[in-house]
Amino acid sequence: MKYEIIVVGGGHAGIEAAHIGAFKGHKTLLVTGNIKNIGDMPCNPSIGGSAKGIIVREIDALGGLMGRVADISHFQIKMLNNSKGPAVRSLRAQADKVTYPKNILKELESTPNLTIQENMVEDLIVEDNIVKGIILEDGTKIEGEKVILTTGTYLKANILVGNTSTESGPHGERRSNLLSDNLKKYGLHIQRLKTGTPVRIKASSIDFSKMHEEVGDDTYWTFSCDNPPCYDINKQQKCYLIYTNPKTHKIILDNLNKSAMYSGLVTGVGPRYCPSIEDKLVRFKDKERHQLFLEPESIHYDDWYLQGFSTSMPKDIQEQMVRSLEGLENAEITKYAYAIEYDAIDPLQIMPSLESKVIKNLYTAGQINGTSGYEEAAGQGIVAGINAALSLEKEEPLILKRNEAYIGVLIDDLVTKGTNEPYRMLTSRAEFRLILRHDNADLRLRPLAKKCGSITDTQYQNYLNKKKQIEECEIFFKETKCKLTSEVKEIFAKENIPVPNITETFYDLLKRPEITIKFLNEIEPIPFKEEIQEEMEIQIKYEGYIKKTYKEVEKMMKLEEKEIPSDIDYSKVKNLASEARQKLEKIRPISLGQATRISGVNPSDIAILNVYLKKEYNHE
Amino acid sequence: MDRTIASISTNNLGTSAINIVRISGPKAVEIVSSIFSNKNFKDAPSHTIHYGWIKEGEETIDEVLVLLMRAPKTYTKEDMVEIDCHGGYATTNKILELLLENGADLAEPGEFTKKAFLNGRINLLEAESVSDLLNAKTTLQSKMAMSGLTGKTTKLIQDLREKMVSLLANIEVNIDYPEYTDELQITKENITPVLKEINETLENIIKESRNGSLIKNGINVAIVGSPNVGKSSLLNTLLEEEKAIVTDIRGTTRDVVEGSIIVNGIVLNFLDTAGIRETEDIVEKIGVEKSKKLMKEADLTILVLNGNESLSKEEKELIKTLEEQEGIIFINKIDLKEKIETINTTLPIIKGSTKTNIGIEELKEQIIDTFGLKDMSNKDLTYLSNARQIALATEAKNLIAHVIEENKNDIPVDMLAIDIKSAWENLGKMIGEFYEDELVDNIFSKFCLGK
Repeated sequence: MKYEIIVVGGGHAGIEAAHIGAFKGHKTLLVTGNIKNIGDMPCNPSIGGSAKGIIVREIDALGGLMGRVADISHFQIKMLNNSKGPAVRSLRAQADKVTYPKNILKELESTPNLTIQENMVEDLIVEDNIVKGIILEDGTKIEGEKVILTTGTYLKANILVGNTSTESGPHGERRSNLLSDNLKKYGLHIQRLKTGTPVRIKASSIDFSKMHEEVGDDTYWTFSCDNPPCYDINKQQKCYLIYTNPKTHKIILDNLNKSAMYSGLVTGVGPRYCPSIEDKLVRFKDKERHQLFLEPESIHYDDWYLQGFSTSMPKDIQEQMVRSLEGLENAEITKYAYAIEYDAIDPLQIMPSLESKVIKNLYTAGQINGTSGYEEAAGQGIVAGINAALSLEKEEPLILKRNEAYIGVLIDDLVTKGTNEPYRMLTSRAEFRLILRHDNADLRLRPLAKKCGSITDTQYQNYLNKKKQIEECEIFFKETKCKLTSEVKEIFAKENIPVPNITETFYDLLKRPEITIKFLNEIEPIPFKEEIQEEMEIQIKYEGYIKKTYKEVEKMMKLEEKEIPSDIDYSKVKNLASEARQKLEKIRPISLGQATRISGVNPSDIAILNVYLKKEYNHE
Repeated sequence: MDRTIASISTNNLGTSAINIVRISGPKAVEIVSSIFSNKNFKDAPSHTIHYGWIKEGEETIDEVLVLLMRAPKTYTKEDMVEIDCHGGYATTNKILELLLENGADLAEPGEFTKKAFLNGRINLLEAESVSDLLNAKTTLQSKMAMSGLTGKTTKLIQDLREKMVSLLANIEVNIDYPEYTDELQITKENITPVLKEINETLENIIKESRNGSLIKNGINVAIVGSPNVGKSSLLNTLLEEEKAIVTDIRGTTRDVVEGSIIVNGIVLNFLDTAGIRETEDIVEKIGVEKSKKLMKEADLTILVLNGNESLSKEEKELIKTLEEQEGIIFINKIDLKEKIETINTTLPIIKGSTKTNIGIEELKEQIIDTFGLKDMSNKDLTYLSNARQIALATEAKNLIAHVIEENKNDIPVDMLAIDIKSAWENLGKMIGEFYEDELVDNIFSKFCLGK
């Protein structure tokens, strides 16, 4: 049996990679250790969040599954950062841990060209640094032209609770014992990373009456730009906010030496943005309390997830800790918190296409590349899948630029800077975030997706329709004048807004800080969908800032367009600082722009490199 | 880039006892050893001094000390050799010629410093300071240049950037962790004082850098007045007494500067008033127009009046014009009978006589006072010293002022962050430091978040 694409691992990266490869018409195999765990959410019960919600929309724009499946699998959804401005708004949904995987599996099973198989992969078939397929644990070989590794936290994973370390994947699943050693054998650098997950608590043992409610929005939202919302805003589930207290802190500090993190058991590097509760207490001694969130995992079973309380304390201490919290005095822990260590590869060894620099035709995506988060994994998964398929089709790979997508920022950061802790996307990592908004993900990416053949004709048509409506809406704004009738003046007076001196167009009016789209609708109803109006409002109101951002983009693009030939010999570039030379040699940036982002490569090195390129390669 | 360069580092050819010829680059040691009698030199350890003779074939050129400094612990981070030879034009030049004949290139102006910058030895600000130091004429100038060199300016800018990055990190935390409402939430109200403080600091830096530029470039002084009031004799008195220094103020001012003196460590450049010094038959009107033009170019104008005569219409007009800028009135000829009427003006008035040398000291003190430079030699000199730095600081200040304005208009914080970040980047460019990751690191070191 021979496949065009083989995907190893059925997590969020593997799902998108396998789905898009098969969608593009390639015979695809998805191998996973446990079919029941496809699309599992082993940690937090939510999809989206700041920056991450924008990634989900990008995945949707590229033809992926995460957005549209989340839309039919959540029990609460809200728009974050509404007050902080349009550039940083982002959706988060509380996704149901039973429904989501079920809907994902349904999607995969109905994808043509896709075969799903339950098995453990322990080695690759590699000849002359080219991957030719995979080898299962029983020695069976399966040939494949492209192999995509999306192994998550399963490589040589250890679960750590208190002073015990168990060889195991998440939630007691089998780990992969040999694959990472075999990857090392082929020349990949392996690093050890760590992450963790908090306790789960039985709903009936929680006293919610003392807790602060966190509810969903009373507006309808969807991640996907193709489907209408299909939930009832009135039937959303609540989450709750609670706080740690001095009693909790004392228990933790008294037992610090029992935590796997502090007893020296943990060797992997954990993420700074996802510290254990004991870490938080040690690093921020002065804080009197820490926020925690209780979130239901599913409406089909009873577990609640205690966000902010990840720990590697022994089980008895965990019980004391949890029961010190208000409302959790009688809490029954259904799953204990644990830390997990796993092997990942050095992302500096992968290309912006996510193909390995060491082994041809091998792609990697998700936690194996050193990232963290379902959305970050899925974003890489879809790019790896598209690129494996494009490579089969002898087409150029899809490389999203920093000014095109968060996914582009994510991959560029990984392959340029590497990472020594699990990488989480933040809006602050995207220097052009004002133009990488949730509301324009489809406008940004659908044309590229069309070119890659990763969306259906209907999906493309949806984009064209939206684009056309925005254009028409702009004409409406530019042509509609606000006539200063006594009625209109009254509306101004009512809102305490000074009446303009002359008749102005809606377009010019909206530029004024005190005038909103809601206000203009009072003067004259705007005959376009809310989504289109919002788009217009952002484009008009923040035109100055948007222009500024585009200017910055232009500056970057100038350096981005200066390609560095792949055969460049850095030992011949005189006067480079030795650290810069080493880094350039290792990372082999594809453009001068990428080179500027490598830490340890200074402006003077860029100047020297630029001069060399001009001299040697006749760059302009 | 891998040129080996050489030049004469001292510039008092012909007058000093010792001169230094410097060479830097991969072939520096080899080139020097080919003209140096000391055979141990070539393989000697770094940072050692060697005695011997510079030779051209069999002929001895000079008895010298040669300083060997191997890469990377040198000014340029390359191999460097300094030859301490005897002063005198012929000898020094001959040694340089020999180096060039043996494979070195003549260094372009500033090329040693350029190499130091390109090789990562110094940052841009330091490079600029070095060039200021090389051009420094007074001790105050060199002190200012040194303070740039030792990173005093850098420190000031770094502190300001630290403040800005803290603010940005707080904004970013609010955005990236919206559910963590226990962390300080940036609001329209609480952001204002921080922004104002940053704005004020920037304003001060820019204002004080004007003084910096006065120290660096000197104060341009114009002496104006009607014919025969004693402008020339005042100029001559000032110049003679202070033993005027030879001027070679770069480029623009050279042609118009009549002479310079140093008072309190500050260079005073007297502008050429030749155009209106011609007296006898000049039409008064033209004299007034020319004076006004000259006053515009000057940092300070001294209006000389004749105490022995009453004010003319033109003089009254000049006083009026002068009140709008920096000026001093010098009433000359008080050794004669005072006929001048009382002048009602805000300008400082000094009475004196160039003939009897009265009031000259007072006048010089007044000049320094006018610019608040009296205690300059004891001051912390942390000013920006060139146009590029001042332009970047001004741009940063304007951005922050814009943020303050936009904040009043309820523009959301994600937009404000764009300009705060540009301002922060501008200051980063000033000191050649600008790393994006700084911000992300800051977020995690200051705030406590996560599952």
